[in-house]
Amino acid sequence: MTQISVTVNGTTHTADVEPRTLLVYFLREHLDLTGTNVGCDTSSCGTCTVHVDGEAVKSCTMLAVQADGREVTTIEAMAAADGTMHPLQDAFHRNHGLQCGYCTPGMIMAAASYLRENPSPTEEEIRGSLEGNLCRCTGYQNIVASIIDAAGVMAGKG
Amino acid sequence: MATTEQYIGQRLLRKEDAKLLAGEGSYIDNQSMAGMVWMALVRPPFVHATIEAVDTAAAAAMPGVVAAYSAADLQGEWAAGLPMVWPNTEDIKVPTHYPLAADKVRFAGDAVAVVVAATREQAEDAAEAVSVRASALPAVIDLEDAASDRVVIHEDLGTNKVTHWSHGGAGDQNVFDTAPVIVQERYTQPRLIPNAIEARGCLAYGSPAAGEFTLVSATQIPHIARVGHSIATGIPQNKLRIIAPDVGGGFGSKLNVYAEEALALALARKLNRPVKWIETRSENYVATIHGRGTLHDCTLAGTEDGKILGMKFVELADMGAYFQLLTPGIPELGGWVYMGPYDIQAYWYEYTGVMTNATPTDAYRGAGRPEATFVVERLVDAFARRIGMDPVELRRKNLHPPFTEATASICGLSVDSGNYEPALDRAIELADYAQFRKEQTARRANGDGKQIGIGVSSYIEMCGLAPSNILGALRYVAGGWDGAEIECRPFGKVVVRTGTSPHGQGHETAWAQIVADGLGVTPDDVEVLHGDTSVSRIGMDTYGSRSVSVGGEALRRAVEKVREKARKIAAHELEVSEDDLEWTDGAFRVKGAPDKARTIPDIATSAWHAHALPADVEPVLEGTAVFDPPNFTWPGGTHICVVEVDTDTGKTDIVRYVAVDDCGNVINPMIVDGQVHGGVAQGIAEALYEEAIYDESGNLASGNMTQYLVPSATEIPAMLLDRTVTPSTTNGLGVKGIGEAGTIAAPPAVVNAVIDAVSHLGVTHVAKPATPERVWRAIQDAKAKGSPEATPGSQGGAA
Repeated sequence: MTQISVTVNGTTHTADVEPRTLLVYFLREHLDLTGTNVGCDTSSCGTCTVHVDGEAVKSCTMLAVQADGREVTTIEAMAAADGTMHPLQDAFHRNHGLQCGYCTPGMIMAAASYLRENPSPTEEEIRGSLEGNLCRCTGYQNIVASIIDAAGVMAGKG
Repeated sequence: MATTEQYIGQRLLRKEDAKLLAGEGSYIDNQSMAGMVWMALVRPPFVHATIEAVDTAAAAAMPGVVAAYSAADLQGEWAAGLPMVWPNTEDIKVPTHYPLAADKVRFAGDAVAVVVAATREQAEDAAEAVSVRASALPAVIDLEDAASDRVVIHEDLGTNKVTHWSHGGAGDQNVFDTAPVIVQERYTQPRLIPNAIEARGCLAYGSPAAGEFTLVSATQIPHIARVGHSIATGIPQNKLRIIAPDVGGGFGSKLNVYAEEALALALARKLNRPVKWIETRSENYVATIHGRGTLHDCTLAGTEDGKILGMKFVELADMGAYFQLLTPGIPELGGWVYMGPYDIQAYWYEYTGVMTNATPTDAYRGAGRPEATFVVERLVDAFARRIGMDPVELRRKNLHPPFTEATASICGLSVDSGNYEPALDRAIELADYAQFRKEQTARRANGDGKQIGIGVSSYIEMCGLAPSNILGALRYVAGGWDGAEIECRPFGKVVVRTGTSPHGQGHETAWAQIVADGLGVTPDDVEVLHGDTSVSRIGMDTYGSRSVSVGGEALRRAVEKVREKARKIAAHELEVSEDDLEWTDGAFRVKGAPDKARTIPDIATSAWHAHALPADVEPVLEGTAVFDPPNFTWPGGTHICVVEVDTDTGKTDIVRYVAVDDCGNVINPMIVDGQVHGGVAQGIAEALYEEAIYDESGNLASGNMTQYLVPSATEIPAMLLDRTVTPSTTNGLGVKGIGEAGTIAAPPAVVNAVIDAVSHLGVTHVAKPATPERVWRAIQDAKAKGSPEATPGSQGGAA
């Protein structure tokens, strides 16, 4: 067991983990943050995407021990403290950007990270940015529309 | 809240979204219980082998391990094997199928032992420590190889050809020999892996003392699974509760009664502990059902001027190593749509189901109809090429004339309604068909390295499963009805219990729209409960684009029953006769004095406190209906795909995709569009990317998401959608269903487009998926053959 200290959604957690524990299972099973889903075992699907120090990371590609001393943000912290949805969450709702909802947390975390890099992307750029996130329900059309919509809203606020 | 607003047809945002967007979904892996243990399975070392010994001792001694069992250890747990509910012929040969394999394994997912431990990791580690001694046998994966019985997979059956079903044909079969034009083609369709982004998983718990158990499972079919698992485990149905929590996609892959679910139940009973199992993605690729896997010999009889006289199909269908729940019935579901939307005079379809050493096949989005539509639409294009006719004109010439009442079809069933030409016209318009033909002609003339191809797919599908009497005639053991219960709470809120079991389709929203319109309340007032056999008593679940046309119609009828009861109470309270009331503007109103009125919230409150009800009316405003559809529903439409094919690399890019579908009346157009987007994406994936590939030993070489290309947003194009509306005559809502249309229509549209792009080079066939390598090889082969065949149809301008 190795002791780690990770700040997750603003709260610092100290825990003993097996060296082989993946970050995603640390979040889900040690911290009960089950909003981050797991969709594969080959880092292909992007369902488990979270932010580590502000950047999108597939949390199954990282060991919990590698997150020691770093800041992690998950879907649970995307809404405002008063429960108001993040513009991406709201845009996914208004544009029917989710069906079964399983890939959705990963999509939103990936998109949030990308919009920080590129606040006014083209449709093609958004599609490129989502290359590592798979969805089997939506055909991506309304996910892309949601992100374009959210980018507009976020730019307006900025 | 009483309201007069009409919600059916509105683009209402989904009630489901808030919790899913917040990361608060109740997916199976988010559930745990005190005392819970984890189950892991030991998959076999070879896909086909004799099992000589399974030693679980080392595993049992590992840290955290509660138990480790081989098949022999658990044989006493089973009242019967895993159920198959569609013995489609009298002489079908049904293999024995228990949750664990004992003496022989027959496919990569055929588990031989199970381990239970305190944690997920301990269970997986211990599963690795189970020692399996096995002698590999030759494996058969190829359909014709398996059909030869060179290797027989179930010795007791004596053959791999386990079922042969014939539609029986219709019309003059002589046309297949005597018609002026006979087109014969052979098409293979590889196996596909469904890839719901959530793999399977379950949690079983209960009280051995009481004999009561609950299975929480990522399933599409809690109600059917209760019957199936009761049969397998012997737990009586009235002591077995199945719960489908939020389910992360299904596409047919969770329409089953699986070994792991039965094992979890049996182990919860044996160990008196909650038992949880979560499938890994790699397991999912071998242990969860596959789709497709077919070989069709096709014959089209036609005239020189483009009339299709008849179509004939003889199919070999890959069943896999065992029957799962519906396996032998899947090809048969396609067996009624081999005429497409065309008016033809002769029909023939038959198939032989063949066992192979691969994962069992079963319903994957479309289930039989994509396989049928693909070969019909490829064959129609081959006919157009043969006689030099524009593929759109050829289709137009053969489309069945419109009809608004149920009409007998050459397929032998009655089609509810149909009007196919407007969808073709609209698709041509949206696709800029004429303009792209001009562009194609210009690029061909220039010898451009990127060639344009246009592919058309006109389809009909059969969904809304299903009239129970027809299912019975087809030897399916269950019915096709569905149920709905409405409970009007005092002060205005409504609880709906539906027998459908959505997993992304938005029933909570669409069902609320149906109830809101019928009861004069808002959708926010309506809570739709589903997916729990103890909550929704009466149900037949979600698959086969059935939910709105069967479950939705049951709900509409339950609304009528609530209104019948409410009318009695309103008449009593308003001191008029029932005939003096009319339902208008969301309330029962006295004719001629509309201000004298009672809304459903008023009446629900009266019925709840029951202080002054009429003598013959029971308390509580509620209504229950079960609807058995008198017919299937038959959507149709036309999809057009325009591609650009790089003739140097064989790579295909989709430059336009148009889907014009007719699913009858629409409850929520936003949800319908979403279903089409997802269906088309899976169809495009089938056409260009996805294929289960096996090595010579029968191992799945495309065994995970790095080797099997589930397309991302960069591979799937933006789509242009539109609809035509021909109301169904099968149900009072006039709805037909839309869940599978995209997956049915898209593959031939895309593959026809790819072939069209390079047909001037002499290419007439590219197998599915049309990968760059396949397209490039087809071009090289055509070049090697020399002069291209004439392809005037593909150069036609006007449409």
